[in-house]
Amino acid sequence: MSLVESQLAPEQAIYRQRVLAGDGWIYEVKQGQTFRIVDLEGNQAADTLFFNAREYSDRYSAVDTIREQGNLYLTTGSALKTIRGHTLMTIVADTCGRHDTVGGACSMESNMVRYAIEKRSMHACRQTFVRLALEWGEGLEKRDITHNVNFFMNVPVTPEGKLTFEDGVSAPGKYVEMRAEMDTLVLLSNCPQLNNPCNAYNPTPVEVLIWDV
Amino acid sequence: MPTDPSVLWEEPVPGCSIWSHVFKRGTAVRLTDTLGGANVSVLFYNADNFVERYNMPDTLKCQHTAHLTTGHCLYSDMGRVLASITHDSVGWHDPLAGFSNRASVLAQFGEGPYQTLRNGWHTNAYYYFAVELAKYGMNERDFTASVNLFSKVVVEEGGGFRYVPDHSPAGSTVELRSDMNTLMIFCTCPHPMAPGGEWDPKPVNLAIKRVALPAADDACRLSRPENGRGFTLTERYFL
Repeated sequence: MSLVESQLAPEQAIYRQRVLAGDGWIYEVKQGQTFRIVDLEGNQAADTLFFNAREYSDRYSAVDTIREQGNLYLTTGSALKTIRGHTLMTIVADTCGRHDTVGGACSMESNMVRYAIEKRSMHACRQTFVRLALEWGEGLEKRDITHNVNFFMNVPVTPEGKLTFEDGVSAPGKYVEMRAEMDTLVLLSNCPQLNNPCNAYNPTPVEVLIWDV
Repeated sequence: MPTDPSVLWEEPVPGCSIWSHVFKRGTAVRLTDTLGGANVSVLFYNADNFVERYNMPDTLKCQHTAHLTTGHCLYSDMGRVLASITHDSVGWHDPLAGFSNRASVLAQFGEGPYQTLRNGWHTNAYYYFAVELAKYGMNERDFTASVNLFSKVVVEEGGGFRYVPDHSPAGSTVELRSDMNTLMIFCTCPHPMAPGGEWDPKPVNLAIKRVALPAADDACRLSRPENGRGFTLTERYFL
């Protein structure tokens, strides 16, 4: 894994927002702007979806993204592709080194399968995604919530075809930064998962920053 | 070939074509790669509520797998089992690489217009899925990851993708049991990572069967504790 640091200074960002665990964030990042997510306390999953801001049906596609780059993991140089083959964002800096896009988001329903049926009532990323999509309006709805990026999560796959959730490779202050190649609607859920050791059962805040360069 | 009395009907599907059906709970489909080298990209939806659909991440993470074979369940985003793999002679079906589109087919096989090639034209799964979904009132917003039957893509150390050619020999079979009323859309266009060259998409044969509901000792139910809960939630849906 190669780590690439950014030259951008947080003091010069035009926008900064802390997103608490269990909360989310929806925002339109303009073409040419740079967008950073900071893992403030380490090993926190930032579940993130991207949409072409001019036409939401043209949205991030995990499978097209990983096939086109020929690699399962996202890092510096990865182009986040839509179903129609457009590049929404390109990752330009990454001090974590590896991000997942096949682990999806937690939901009340998948928690019942993964952990116990009694877990139904626990908060989950899908709740945040759908709530923010509906609040945003413009026709966004549950069907638009597809397979997301899990920034800062480590979900290795072996050549034998096994998939595991490993302890994070992230740490306090690590960040990933991407350049918007198109006007892009970003929908982020700061994961509230309390059943998975990958965040030490302790969801923590992230920070999002935007620069006008 | 002896006729299996559970088979309701059989149907051949040519290469690079589209086929869909709502498989009622208690039916199954056995696909045969007649000539070898087929790829079938499949999308899955709950026919009683289309907004519930196959979820690749939920399917893979709850079974700790990045490939699909006998014993695996295909989960919806609602924690239920849309279909399960009750038989497989191949051992690996690809859930990761997505389906073909106009650009991938053009890069692999070049132009192939209907005007000259008739029904041997170079079409792609994106086009076929978008049109087929529209017949059920859906569109490309409803795209999900596909399961690519008979195809294998290995994830190497470091994450690199490697497509495995000649993975499925002639006569390979896989059987999907429908555990809900599941709309399955099959597209026989080539895998988007296939080497390309000569346009020769392979056909498959479908045998649609009536099968028993999964018993207490069903292999898919018992393959993981997660699947036990998945079947419980699926059974409750039908109460």
